[in-house]
Amino acid sequence: MSLAEAPDRATVGRLTRPNIARSLRFVRSELGMVFRRRRNQALLGVLACIPILIAVAIKVSGGSGGGNGNGAALFGSITENGIFVAYSALFVVIPFFLPMAVSVVAGDSLSGEANTGTLRYLLAVPVGRSRLLAVKYAGILAWCIACSAVVAVVGVLIGLILFGGGDVTLLSGTSVSFASGLGRLTIVAAYVAANIAAVGAIGLFVSTLTEVPIAAMATTLGLTITSQVLDAVPQISAIHPWLLSHYWQQFIDILRDPMDLDKVGHGLLASATYALLFLSMAWARFNNKDVSS
Amino acid sequence: MTLTEAPATDPPSTVDSVGAGLAIQSDGLTKRFRGGQVAVDHVALRVPVGSVYGFLGPNGSGKTTTIRVLLGLIFPTEGAHRLLGEAFPDDAARVLPRVGALVEGPAFHPYLSGQANLARLDAADRSVDPRTARQRIGQALDRVGLAAAAGKRYRNYSLGMRQRLGIAAALLRPRDLLVLDEPTNGLDPQGTREVRHLIRQLGDEGVTVFVSSHLLSEVEQVCSHVGVMSVGRMVWQGSLTELAAQQQVRVHVATTSPAAAARVLTGLALGDVSTVDGGAHAVLGDTKPEHVVEALVAAGVGVREFTVERPSLEDVFVGLTGEGFDVSG
Repeated sequence: MSLAEAPDRATVGRLTRPNIARSLRFVRSELGMVFRRRRNQALLGVLACIPILIAVAIKVSGGSGGGNGNGAALFGSITENGIFVAYSALFVVIPFFLPMAVSVVAGDSLSGEANTGTLRYLLAVPVGRSRLLAVKYAGILAWCIACSAVVAVVGVLIGLILFGGGDVTLLSGTSVSFASGLGRLTIVAAYVAANIAAVGAIGLFVSTLTEVPIAAMATTLGLTITSQVLDAVPQISAIHPWLLSHYWQQFIDILRDPMDLDKVGHGLLASATYALLFLSMAWARFNNKDVSS
Repeated sequence: MTLTEAPATDPPSTVDSVGAGLAIQSDGLTKRFRGGQVAVDHVALRVPVGSVYGFLGPNGSGKTTTIRVLLGLIFPTEGAHRLLGEAFPDDAARVLPRVGALVEGPAFHPYLSGQANLARLDAADRSVDPRTARQRIGQALDRVGLAAAAGKRYRNYSLGMRQRLGIAAALLRPRDLLVLDEPTNGLDPQGTREVRHLIRQLGDEGVTVFVSSHLLSEVEQVCSHVGVMSVGRMVWQGSLTELAAQQQVRVHVATTSPAAAARVLTGLALGDVSTVDGGAHAVLGDTKPEHVVEALVAAGVGVREFTVERPSLEDVFVGLTGEGFDVSG
C-alpha cells in the first residue's frame, strides 16, 4: 500500500477550526470507555441491588420497626408508597456507596491512562491537556448521573412492584400526585449527582498525581470519609457547613411542602466550591506535568 | 580511529542550520530531572526533511527522553525545538497531527481490540474526517500485517503484534514526520525485516522518519543520516556519506618479509605503517588497493594474503559511545 491509496490529505484535513462534531467524537469514545468497562458495569449492578435489598427486607419484615430521624421517616413510608424505596435508597447510598463508585471511576481517569501508557499516545495525537481534563470530567459527570439515576429508577420500579404507587404523602404530611413525587425524585437524584460530582473533581485531581489507579481511588474515597469523620465531631461544628459531605442527606428537605431549599442550596454551593477548587488544581497540576509514564 | 566529533552545539556545516528544510530542529535542548540527573544535555538535532534519521545510542543515553521532549510530553529545562518548522510548545496542536509517533513501546487498553484501540486514538484526533475512520484504521492495520487480528483483544496480542499495532497507530493518517522509538523491539527477524522495509517505503514516499535504536545494525541499512547519543549528549550527527568519508580504510599484508612490505607501503606514502609478526599494516588513504598489490609484487615481496579492512559502522559507534550498542549481549 502506498500513500496514494490512503485517503488523500484534503479529505483527512488539517485542523483549521475545531468542529463540534469532531470534538464530540472523543467525548463519545470516553463515555464508551466508562460505560463499557466491565468493572464499572459491575459497580452499577451493585448500586442497583441496594434498593432491591431495601425493598425486599422491608417486605419480608412486614414493615414493622421503629427508629428516629430522617432516615427512619423515609423507611417508614415505604410500605405506604413504593416511591419511598427510591428516596430511602438514595439516602443510604450517598454516604459511602456512591462516593466509592465515583472514586473508582474518577481516580482511574488519568492515572489509569498513565498506568497503561495510553496517556502519552493521547497527548501525542494531540489531545490538549486542558481538553483531555475536560473530556475526562465530562465522563465522570455522566458516571455520577448514571449512578444516581440507577438507584432512583431501580428504587421506583421495585417499590411499585412490591408496595404499589399512588399519591405520595410527603414528610410534612401533605399529599401530592405520584407524578409530582417522581418530579421530586428527579430533583433529589440531580442533587445527589451534583454532590458526588464534587467527589469526582477531587478524584480527577488526585488522578493527576499518580500512575497507580488504586492509590488515586483509595485517596479520593479516604478524603470523603475524612469529611464525614470530621462531620461527626461536635467540637468543630463551626466548619461543618463547609464540609464536603455535610448536606449530602439534606435532600430530605425537598420532600417537604413547601420545599425548604436553604440547606440544599448551601450544600450545592459547598459542592460547587469543592468542584471548582479541585478542577483548578487538577488543571494547574496536569498542564505542568512531565508525562514520563 | 580519528573521527571529528562535532560539538553538540555546533552542527555539521553541511546541514542548514537556520531551520529551512529541517523536519526536526532543536537547540540546546536540555532536560534536568528533579534530583539533578541530566538526561538530555544541550542536544542540537538537525533532521533534514525527507531523511531517514537513525537516532542511536546505548540504552539509557537519553534517546527516549529526547523523544518525549520533542513530542511535548516532557517540558525541557532549557532550549527549544521545532517540528516541521513549527515552534514548541506554542504550535504543538497545529503540527502534531502531521507527526506519527511510537514512544517507548506500544501502549493500549488491554481489554479493547486492536481495532477499537485505534478507533479510540482516531476519535481523539480533531483534525481527521470521522467518515474515513474505518477505512484509515483498516489500512493502517493492513499495512503492519494485523488485519487478521484486528478484532482480537490487545491483551492477547504477542509482543510483536503489540509493536505492530503501535506502528499502525502512527500510520492512522498520512504523516509528514514519523518518530519511531525502537520500532523493532520484540519483533522476530522476519518482523524486523518488515519494519525496515516499511521504513524504507515511507522514506521513499517522502515521509521524514526519525527512528531510534540501540542496535545500529537494525537501522544502518535504511538510514540516510545518523545522530549518536552518549550519556545525554549528541556525540556525532550527519549523513552516512559524511560518516563513510571519515572512515579509515586499512590494508593488511601477510608476508614472510614484513620489513620489505613495510618499506613498499611507506614508499607509496601510506600512513601509519607498522609491522607485525608475519605481516604489515597501513592506512590506505587515497591510494588504490590494486596499486599497492602491484608495487608489492614488483618489489618482490611474497604476498600471501592482502586484505582491505573497512571498519564497520558498528566499530565507529562503539568508538564514539565507548560501549557496545547491544548492551544486552
